[in-house]
Amino acid sequence: MAELPLKDPAPGDDGADTEPRPGRIRKPVGWSMIFIAVLVAVCVVLVWRRDGVGGVTEILFSDLELFGGILPRVLAGCLLGAFIAEILPHEKVSRALGPNSGLKGLLIGTAFGAILPGGPFTAYPVAAALLTVGADFGATIAMVVSWTLIGYGRAIAWELPIMGTDFTLWRIAISLPIPVLAGALGRFVYVRMYPKGEPPS
Amino acid sequence: MSAALLIDITLWGSVAVLGFMVWQRGRVVLTAAAREGTMDFINIVPRVALGVIGSGYIAAVLPQEVITGWFGSDSGWLGVLMAAVAGAATPGGPVIGFSLGAVAMKAGAGPPQVIAYVTAWALFAFQRLILWEIPFMPERFVWFRAAVSLPFPFLAAAIAMAIGKP
Repeated sequence: MAELPLKDPAPGDDGADTEPRPGRIRKPVGWSMIFIAVLVAVCVVLVWRRDGVGGVTEILFSDLELFGGILPRVLAGCLLGAFIAEILPHEKVSRALGPNSGLKGLLIGTAFGAILPGGPFTAYPVAAALLTVGADFGATIAMVVSWTLIGYGRAIAWELPIMGTDFTLWRIAISLPIPVLAGALGRFVYVRMYPKGEPPS
Repeated sequence: MSAALLIDITLWGSVAVLGFMVWQRGRVVLTAAAREGTMDFINIVPRVALGVIGSGYIAAVLPQEVITGWFGSDSGWLGVLMAAVAGAATPGGPVIGFSLGAVAMKAGAGPPQVIAYVTAWALFAFQRLILWEIPFMPERFVWFRAAVSLPFPFLAAAIAMAIGKP
């Protein structure tokens, strides 16, 4: 890749012809969805045979309630992802989180994942947005792994009450180095798998 | 309840702040970005519906004893391996994952095994991978991320064995 000019001459005029953002791929229903649908169908039948119709509807209603509660957050997460992709300037992100960002990029990714609010409905749209605006796999891995292992949201809401404070703090302390290590390993493998840069997908 | 409320406030607060920043670049940009986000949302809803509603059934079928029985207190590295597999196989959300961890702990599983279990669950729980991560992220990234994460439940268990539980 040719080196990006560090200073763009005059940003584009008022969104009229902003650089077309590489659209996220909208996947049709793939094999993974079919797999999980079959799995769910089998489980529904098993629950029905064990607990009858009452057992099936009981789970259905409690899960529908959960689903209704989650929906607005999913919308918030999608909006967050779209806004971040719009705001973050491509060149800055690729400098801070790109393939050449070094340890600093991994640390930024880790910190970002640790402070990101919300659940999977925010983490993944935001991570996808980072990828589209120039973060590399390594920094994005650090972010996702950091969110899942040391993010405060899940720890406070679920782990503390269920597992207790001692265990939670102990586990988080042990996990602290993992996001950076995972991101570094990701970069190490990536440059060997794709020595000529990212393959066209 | 208050934790959920706090999450919603920070979440929508962040949306509002970022939305404002986008709006400063022009109304057209904001509408386009909001439309993009809403389209993502519409595309994702069926998957989320299947995941959330289906996970209740998967969790109801998979008995907890099967998962927690896989790793006992003096099961050593084999127990760590079984715990990591169990973590990846655990369906459902954080309540189930952590509850099973707590049950295993009470039933006498060793702390390094429980650490391996919780870490593997956080990194690979197949249901989260399939229903959240793959729909939102490029599939190639997801498999790459999962493969690269493989050593870490074991590393976490090794650190836990080395430093011991306070």
